[in-house]
Parts: sequence; C-alpha cells; structure tokens
Amino acid sequence: MSILDKHVLIERNATLLLLGSLFVVSIGGIVEIVPLFYLENTIEKVEGMRPYSPLELAGRDIYVREGCYTCHSQMIRPFRDEVERYGHYSLAAESMYDHPFQWGSKRTGPDLARVGDRYSNEWHVQHLIEPRSVVPESVMPSYAFLKETPLEVKNVAMNLKANKAVGVPYTDEMIDNAAADIKAQADPNADTSGVLARYPKAKVGDFDGDPQKLTEMDALVAYLQMLGTLVDFSTYDNTSGYR
Amino acid sequence: METYTALRQFADSWALLGMVLFFVGVIAFTLRPGGKNAAQNAASIPLKED
Amino acid sequence: MKYTLEMVVLAVGAFLALVGAGFAQDRAFGAHMWVLFFVLLGSTLVLMRRINFQPVAAGSAAPQSEYFDEVVRYGVIATMFWGVVGFLVGVFVALQLAFPDLNFEPWFNFGRVRPLHTSAVIFAFGGNALIATSFYVVQRTSRARLFGGDRLGWFVFWGYQLFIVLAATGYLLGITQSREYAEPEWYVDLWLTIVWVAYLVAFLGTIMVRKEPHIYVANWFYLAFIITIAMLHVVNNLAVPVSFLGSKSYSAFSGVQDALTQWWYGHNAVGFLLTAGFLGMMYYFIPKQANRPVYSYRLSIIHFWALIFMYIWAGPHHLHYTALPDWAQTLGMVFSIMLLMPSWGGMINGLMTLSGAWDKIRTDPIVRMMVMAVAFYGMATFEGPMMSIKTVNSLSHYTDWTIGHVHSGALGWNGMITFGAIYHLVPKLWNRERLYSVRMVNWHFWLATLGIVIYAAVMWVAGIQQGLMWREYDDQGFLVYSFAETVAAMFPYYVMRAIGGSLFLAGGVLMAFNVTMTILGRVRDEAPILGAAPLPAAAE
Repeated sequence: MSILDKHVLIERNATLLLLGSLFVVSIGGIVEIVPLFYLENTIEKVEGMRPYSPLELAGRDIYVREGCYTCHSQMIRPFRDEVERYGHYSLAAESMYDHPFQWGSKRTGPDLARVGDRYSNEWHVQHLIEPRSVVPESVMPSYAFLKETPLEVKNVAMNLKANKAVGVPYTDEMIDNAAADIKAQADPNADTSGVLARYPKAKVGDFDGDPQKLTEMDALVAYLQMLGTLVDFSTYDNTSGYR
Repeated sequence: METYTALRQFADSWALLGMVLFFVGVIAFTLRPGGKNAAQNAASIPLKED
Repeated sequence: MKYTLEMVVLAVGAFLALVGAGFAQDRAFGAHMWVLFFVLLGSTLVLMRRINFQPVAAGSAAPQSEYFDEVVRYGVIATMFWGVVGFLVGVFVALQLAFPDLNFEPWFNFGRVRPLHTSAVIFAFGGNALIATSFYVVQRTSRARLFGGDRLGWFVFWGYQLFIVLAATGYLLGITQSREYAEPEWYVDLWLTIVWVAYLVAFLGTIMVRKEPHIYVANWFYLAFIITIAMLHVVNNLAVPVSFLGSKSYSAFSGVQDALTQWWYGHNAVGFLLTAGFLGMMYYFIPKQANRPVYSYRLSIIHFWALIFMYIWAGPHHLHYTALPDWAQTLGMVFSIMLLMPSWGGMINGLMTLSGAWDKIRTDPIVRMMVMAVAFYGMATFEGPMMSIKTVNSLSHYTDWTIGHVHSGALGWNGMITFGAIYHLVPKLWNRERLYSVRMVNWHFWLATLGIVIYAAVMWVAGIQQGLMWREYDDQGFLVYSFAETVAAMFPYYVMRAIGGSLFLAGGVLMAFNVTMTILGRVRDEAPILGAAPLPAAAE
C-alpha cells in the first residue's frame, strides 16, 4: 500500500504538482516542434529563393505593422479551387526567410501568396489609396497615408543585421550596400545593376507614381509585387516537394 | 536526419509508453479504494466558511 | 511616507521612458515611450497626492485581516472595465467589416484595431478575471494570506495593467509582431515576463504556506495555467530586436517552424488561459454559488491531467493542408479529437454539481449564468474537435466559421463564467447583503445568451456559405464566384453579427451599472425573481 499512498505527495506537494504539470505540458511541444528543426525536408531547397531586398523587407515590415495578416493569408492550400484562384500551392521553402511567417488564418480578403506581377504598380497604389474605386465590393480600409509618409531608411542596415542574426543569409556586401540599395530600387534613374545582382528578380523603378520621393507606398508595393514570384514553377519539379 | 529519426523513434515507442503509464498511474491513484475520503475532504474545502 | 519606494521606482521609470523617447531609433518607439512616460508620470503624481504626512504613530498599523482582498477588489473592477472596453472595440471592428468607411487611417484601421479587440478581451478581460479570482480562490482554499506581502500583489496587478496599456497603445501605433494573440513587441513581452514570474511567486507561495492539507483542484488548474502560459510566452516570443531603443524585432524562427511555434502558442493560449484557468474558476465558484461540493472530485483530477496533456498537442490543427509536414497535421488532428473526452469530463463535472439542486437554475440567475457557461463550454469543445478534422477544416479554415467558434467559446464560456463569478464576488468583497438588482442579472443573462446565439448562428451560415462559394464550380469546370463576390455576400451576416455583439455589449454595460450601484451600497427596490420562493404549483 505504500506506493498507493504516494498520491498524497503529488496532491499535497505544490512543487511536485508544478514539476508534474511542467513535464506533461512540455512533451507535446518537444515531440511536435523539435523534429521540425532537424527535418531537412521541412525546408527543401528550392531554386530561386533569396533573402528580401532592403526595400522589400521595409515593405514587409509595413505589411506586418498594418496587420494585413488579419485579413489576408499567404498560404495556398493544395486544392483545385485554390490553385486555380491563386496559383501553385505554397511551398515550405517560400517562407523560409520569413521572420515572422505571414501565413495568416483568415481570408476576409484574398490570399496574397502569389499576388506579385498580377496587377500593375498603378493598380496597387490606387487600390491602397481608395480600395473601392477599383474593387467596389471591397471592405478594405484606405491606406492613403502610406503615399504621404516618407520611408524611414536610417535603420535599414540594422534591420538586415538583425535578420542575419536569426539566420537569413545576408552577406556583408548586402549589409554594406543596404542604405544605397533601398533608395536605388525605387529610383527610376538609379543604376540598379548592383541591386539586381544581389537580389535577382527584384522589381526596380518607381512604384508609387512619385519618382521624387521614397515613401512607404514604394516599399509596400515593391513587397507585394515580388510575392510568390521567386520560384519558377515552369521548371519546378513537383514530385520533389515534401508533402 | 539521424537525430530526427532517433527522436521520432523514441517518441513513438518509449515516450508514448511512458506517458500512457503515467496517465494510467494517475487514474489508479485517483480511483484507489482509499482515495474516496481524501477526495471528499478536498472537495469540501471551498464550502468551509470563509 | 507610505509609498516612498513605489514613487522612486515610478519616477526613475518615467525618466528612463523619457530617455527612450529622446534616443528612439524609430518613430513608433519614440511615440510609445512618450505614452509610457505620461502613464508613469501620472501614476507618480497620483501616489504623491496620497502621501500622508502624519508621523508614523506607534502601532498605527491596522490589524491585518485574514485575506488580502483589496487587490481582488481592484481586479474585479479592472475586469469589468476592460470587459466593456473589449466588447465595445469588438462591436466597432464588426461594424468596420460591414461598413468600411468606419476605418480611420492610420490608427483606427481594422488591421490595427482587431488585435486591440482580441487582446483586450483575452488578456485584459480574461487575464484580469483570472488574476483576481485566482488570488481570491487560492487564499481561501489555502486558508492563508497572499504570499509575498501586499506589495507583491499590487505589483502583479498594476504591472499587468501597465502591460495592457502598453500593448493596446502599441497596436494603434503599429507596433506588432504579427503573431496572433502574441502581438506585443519584445520590450512589452519582457515586462510581461517579469510580472508573470511575480504572479507565479505570489500564487505558488500561497499554496506553499497553506494551512489546508490538500491543494484544492481549482488551484491545480490555475497553477497549470500560470506555468504553461509562462512557457508558451517565453518560447513563442523569442526574437532579436533591431535595436534596444527601437520597437522592431525579428522572430527567432522562420516559415514552417515559426508557424508551428506560433500555433502551438496560439492554441494553448486557448487551452490554458481560456480553458484551464477558467476551469479553475468553475471549480470554485459553481460549488460555492450552488453550495454543494463538486460532483466528482476524482473525475476532476483525472480530467485535469488528461486535459493538460492533450491540449499541448492540438496546435497543428490551425495549419491543416499548409506546408507543415503531414505527420504533424495528423498528430494535431488526432489529439484534438481525443480532447473531447477531458473537455466533456469538465463539463459533466460542472453540470452535475447541480444534481439535486436543479431548481437553482430557475431561482438563481447567477447559477443559471454559470450553467449556461458550462453548456457553451461543452458546445464549443464539441465543435472544436469537429473542425479539427481535416476534411471539415478544408471548408472551415480561413472563413468566419472559425470566428463564430471562437466567440461561442469566448463569449459563452469565458464571458458567462466570469460574469457569474463577478456577481458572486461583489457582495462578498464589499460586504453587501446582496446585489443592487438581481433582476438586472436576469436581464444580463438573456441579453448575453441571445447575443451569443445570434453571433454564432450567423457566423456558421456566413462561414459555410463563404467556404462553399470559394470552391463552387459550374458545368464547364470554371469557378463560379470571383473573390469580390464572396466578400459582397457577407454583408448581411456582418451586420447581423454586429447586432449580436451589441446585445452582448449591452449586457456587459448593465452589469457594470449593477456592480457599481452595489459597490456604492445601493439596493434596488424590486420584486423577487419569479419562483425565488418555492412555489407549490412548480413542484414537478
């Protein structure tokens, strides 16, 4: 009977209760989450993926700041209707440089995982300023202030460094040129060969319709226009995907 | 891949068994014959005047 | 000088906030530090006005009462206040979705106000309810005064309010990590960690010094809630700040790992804050209000271990059919379905506590409120496992069905059980014979119930219709609806949802009024609730 009396231990000893609970609640997390960090297939290497350019990253930070994820997902599920509506289903590798991920959980608006190249820059700017002028049914808020707000650029190299610290492979060259690249990418008169060499397939030129100013609108549109465009699915081998 | 496989196998076998045993142990402890009184005492704690 | 230390700390904090504002690396951080500066400065001034310059008289210390209830009183008021604020913001965001002209850029756009709503309800309303009731319950079931002295209790309370204010103002300023229900940035997270450790010390310390031999089961649930939230909070918020004087940080994880970590957190915020914590509330206040011991104490122990063990696995059901590996999705689904059993164990235990006293549902609106809460708990924990089945989830995910599910749990279970606990606590805490008005409790009950039923039903229809429209094909094999058409189809439902939410808000306002009058010592002259006195005709 002595072992059966031990229940009193756990029922009466707060420390044991604490440790018992902690043990039990840790197991699920460890078994589920830890393997993902070892499982190489979780993030299979896919050709075309690269870190965000400084301007795209700034746009992404604005996307996060404005809470776009509360209404837009960036995760296309492998269903016929979703693939027809939005494009090839999302690969794990496509969000490998996303700190944090932006998969979302609700589609009040459409999925944006492959919105890049679907509309013109002018459309995006007009849509962000007055959504219902281009999509009458839309319930999206207006983001006209982005076009009036100059982009904060003084932290750009620090932003890249912080990303590097969490594992994004930014090179020293990328970090050293960050301040110049962020301006060059949105400047139609700039020499963008450096930007394009460091960030292949980056969209360059004026985004917000005002070449004189570098605004938050430039950054956000540059980000939206590159979403889902890095992987070339005409050459992508579907069977290599882990699913 | 090695670490992953090892972890996975451990989780699927011993860890699973251990957790099932732990839970069975909890049930056995709770439902053991002598537990009724203790449970009744504990259940009446909030009802003592405050 | 009663508050010397507190004032010094606050003044130093205010100064540091000013320094932070001056050297801020980005505009948002500067604005946030100004907010912090004015909050701390205001608090310092309030404390200064309370200084008593009387010399410390010998033996002037009032005899310490058995329990430290002053902080619980503040907690109850804070719960009510944040509840009404959270419901109000909820109605506002609901209306924004129906009438987009209600967006006022940049601070009051939906994307910034929605996290304000979710955090206000989960952490400000729910969190305050849990802190206040756990302090009340742990002292009484341990027969000991709150551990750590009054100062620790006050630190937990005011520290938590500061966290809420910083989180809320941060969202409106655009300071967010974009992790659902964990949006506050790194420095606010660090502050919450400190407050949470203090909370754990106060709670666990009280259990350690208890005079009861047993630890009552409500405290098991509260304790599991506190430590698990601590673990989830720390892991999910791991991030590298860009600058120690800036608001921006980047998550330590990316992509798939980040998604799973976030939903491991997200689902267990539901499992441990909104379920385990509130079950602790249920296990004290239902027996107390019904004046009967819990139906089966042994069932409560078994379902405690089963619940905390299974909940922790359920997170991946938020990521069905995404790029998360299949095995993790399946694991999440299996555990989510099994979770039905411990959940219903709790529901049965709560409901059956009333066996032999069912008439109380008719005669006591507070008991009725608690029973309705448990009923909604049972319903939401049936719906949840069903929605975690992959085929069902393929339809329900990304739609308003999820929103409806969350609200039948949050409004029905968390809201109702908290209202019941508040109505139970207020007369006791302020030494009143009874509430200002019991009839108003009855009104609150019906307003809230009707509001939830409208809300949940409308969101079912909306969500299922949305999901079906997205995947509808015509004979030629083309998608029938453009996305914009499915948005337009939601309009009537969004309006009706706002009406349901408004009813729930009206109930909350009624409660705030009723409780305020009770605290002021007023008693409404009213006829007793029908059936409060046993009626011979209602014998069977």
